[in-house]
Amino acid sequence: MKEETRLVSMEHLKFIRAVRMENYRVLVARLTILFFFILSWELAGRFGLIDPFITSQPSRILKTLINLYREGQLFHHILITVVENIIGFVSGTLLGTLIAVALWWSSFLSRVLDPYLVVLNALPKIALGPILIVWIGNGPPSIVAMAILISVIVTILTVYSGFVQVDEEKIKILKTFGATKYQILQKVILPASVPTIVSALKINVGLSWVGVIVGEFLVSKAGLGYLIVYGGQVFKLDLVMASVIILAAAAALMYQGMVCLEKSLSRWQGN
Amino acid sequence: MESRVIVDVRNLTMKYHTLAGETAALNNLSLQVREGEFVSIIGPSGCGKSTLLSLICGLLSPSGGNILVDGETVQGPNPKIGYMPQRDQLFPWRNILMNVTLGLEVQNKLNEKTRSNAKDLLVKYGLGDFLYHYPAQLSGGMRQRVALIRTLAIDPEILILDEPFSALDYQTRLSVSDEVKRIINNEKKTTILVTHDIAEAISISDRIVVLTKRPADIKNIHDIALSCDDISPIRRRECPEFRHYFNLLWKELEVK
Ligand SMILES: Nc1ncnc2c1ncn2[C@@H]1O[C@H](COP(=O)(O)OP(=O)(O)OP(=O)(O)O)[C@@H](O)[C@H]1O
Ligand SMILES: [Mg+2]
Repeated sequence: MKEETRLVSMEHLKFIRAVRMENYRVLVARLTILFFFILSWELAGRFGLIDPFITSQPSRILKTLINLYREGQLFHHILITVVENIIGFVSGTLLGTLIAVALWWSSFLSRVLDPYLVVLNALPKIALGPILIVWIGNGPPSIVAMAILISVIVTILTVYSGFVQVDEEKIKILKTFGATKYQILQKVILPASVPTIVSALKINVGLSWVGVIVGEFLVSKAGLGYLIVYGGQVFKLDLVMASVIILAAAAALMYQGMVCLEKSLSRWQGN
Repeated sequence: MESRVIVDVRNLTMKYHTLAGETAALNNLSLQVREGEFVSIIGPSGCGKSTLLSLICGLLSPSGGNILVDGETVQGPNPKIGYMPQRDQLFPWRNILMNVTLGLEVQNKLNEKTRSNAKDLLVKYGLGDFLYHYPAQLSGGMRQRVALIRTLAIDPEILILDEPFSALDYQTRLSVSDEVKRIINNEKKTTILVTHDIAEAISISDRIVVLTKRPADIKNIHDIALSCDDISPIRRRECPEFRHYFNLLWKELEVK
């Protein structure tokens, strides 16, 4: 008996070691790719295989970043874009959820609005950029509006479909307790839809980045999108690349934040 | 000793309307349930059993006829009636205690006293160690017991159970129906249960109502009298008359 359990646990240890080894090898492979990519980019520029004026170069990007930082510009631009983005996806999600609640509340309203939502969802919202600028003006409010516009319709559609998928039997239980429509919303529809809303939030972070960057391309005087456009116009590819890298890092960080939020909210689901 | 009639279904007719047409679910059905009775309803699939329960719960309004509960016509959900669904339908984001106090919360009756009553019920029926666990941490049988206690927490006079054990595996199903019967007996509630399982119906009920196929009407009503006068459904299955009732009901349901 004892012999057997020891044997099993040996086997299990082996298994764990193998899994760890595999994870380690994946990590090493990832870092190696990154290292060789940067190294060959740098060397290709040094030895004239590519023209750093057009392709930029890791060392030049680093220098640009340091300069931006020294001038006190770096965090200014990052902050503006990040704040616009946060306002964009938070209000896009809230507004979308609010409208979804209205649609759930009145099935008449939801039927009336259905074709409009379908058309608006199909429309590439970026096409409305110039209209927003004319209406709202040449500044951050337009950029935020762009970010909201791009995420709100899809939020309405996903959150609403989450609402109507809530188990009829759960609603039936509340009804037999004598619940009002508002109580049904509060006690079951909203809490049951938290995962849907959080996953909409996660998607909206990405959509909002698109809205903010396009908005900044169109109107802004500051922000990462502005740096990219400006860098392109004056042919400072170092600036463009540096801004894109910061943008990638910021987007990845925010996405990770959302993943953590989702995890902590799904604890009650038993995993 | 004849107790009073607590649920009086009178000439109930129910039709569902859709664009595709009209579905008659109940046809002039009358049924009386007495206080303290345990009545099971069996009938072919789709004959209108759940419809009958929804009408008694006041969730649908009938096309014809009416239902009296405790002498009053049913016009909407009624706190005298507690409904327990097929799957436990516990809310996964609420702990066990909060699931059980849901009805009190909805009825604005949640206070220190009612909360502690709910706790006592859970403790009394062996769930005292799980007050602050979440439904996902409990087994299927325990969850079904919590669902029953959630229904009992609003202190209804009548329990309506729609195939409450059918989502459980056979073994669990036997032991849960045993516990449910014991709890209901203890709390002295009138119960109407819908089931597909003939043996379950015989083992748990005082009376079995057999419905015709759709649109449902009463086909027959059987008083179940077993010589071993036990309340445990598992032990009642051992009674000599059990087989007799089983064959009787089996044949009755089989006839086209
Ligand atoms: N909301 C509805 N609209 C239209 N028809 C319905 C509706 N609900 C039920 N029906 C129909 O009414 C009939 C009776 O349904 P009901 O659910 O009461 O049967 P049941 O006896 O409970 O069935 P099961 O054995 O499957 O639980 C079925 O033919 C069903 O298709
Ligand atoms: Mg049914």
